[in-house]
Amino acid sequence: MSEPDAPDLESTTPIKMRVQETIVLRVVGKALVPFILLFALYVQFHGDYGPGGGFQAGVIFAAGLILHALIYGLDALRSRIPPVIVEIGIASGALLYGGVGLVSMFLGGEFLNYGVLDHHDPAHGQHLGILLVELGVGITVTFVMVAIFYSFAGRSRQ
Amino acid sequence: MGSAIEVVLFLFMILLALYIARLRSLFAAAMLFGIFSLLAAGMQTMMDAVDVAFTEAAVGAGISTVLFLGALGLTTSEETRPVRHRLMGLVVVVATGLLLAYGTLDMPAYGDPDAPIHRHVAPHYLEDSVDEIGIPNVVTSVLASYRGYDTFGETTVVLTAAVGAILLLGGSGLIRPREEDEQGEADEEEGTG
Repeated sequence: MSEPDAPDLESTTPIKMRVQETIVLRVVGKALVPFILLFALYVQFHGDYGPGGGFQAGVIFAAGLILHALIYGLDALRSRIPPVIVEIGIASGALLYGGVGLVSMFLGGEFLNYGVLDHHDPAHGQHLGILLVELGVGITVTFVMVAIFYSFAGRSRQ
Repeated sequence: MGSAIEVVLFLFMILLALYIARLRSLFAAAMLFGIFSLLAAGMQTMMDAVDVAFTEAAVGAGISTVLFLGALGLTTSEETRPVRHRLMGLVVVVATGLLLAYGTLDMPAYGDPDAPIHRHVAPHYLEDSVDEIGIPNVVTSVLASYRGYDTFGETTVVLTAAVGAILLLGGSGLIRPREEDEQGEADEEEGTG
């Protein structure tokens, strides 16, 4: 547990750890990241048929991104997904959710009554609404997890 | 067979919890918390709550372990010895535990089909949700449509958590105290160099 006592070699980000220096971890982790992200998308869009949904997908997607940051360093992830994008993403997911609710209100239904989204078949409208709402949840959860990770990992010890 | 696995998982969780409580090394405790979450996920899978198990495995065993490690990087890895209140803490914990166990006496037996929760709206969800919502996964129908308000509220709670973390810790780009800003930028440039 010499972790905190070890001098900050090149980075002030505390979460650099030893992953970058271990080639086995680096190679295996690098190979895993795309599959984790793909699995998250599967969980997201297959949530209507199997277990899963926006929250689970968002968390898994964020876990893949955080693994990326553990392998390549926080700065690499931050240059690919800048904090500004993260902040926009946090809000846009919740806005998408609320927006679906408002649209269903304007179409004559109650707030978040997706049945009115399709004039011909309420069940079809429900399906569409759930897809959009779950997407909103997924987006918000993904970026929230990344934002919290940025907050923790981006802070140097004073 | 199933209940045997549940008993073993429960036993491991209890042992792990006791061990973590006695542990002084926060680094080891963070790792064991991850294992605890993994056992909890196994437990929830045994109870057919796959959605919850999913979340538990990803959040509990994955992300929160990383966040614990990130927090450990900002502090020491050894817990300081408590000065007093040890007996008081034990009393509070035991009392709360007994209260919770007493509360379970009023609950219906596990898996009881006549439990109130299975007789209120659940039959409607199970029988009509495929016609009304048009998707086979009842859990998703309930979460996203029948209980859409709740899920909207949960999303807002998650959003609030991020806003709180950004405001308090300032790790994000836009909101950051001014003095720390320049220092942070300088640190980052050193880090990338």
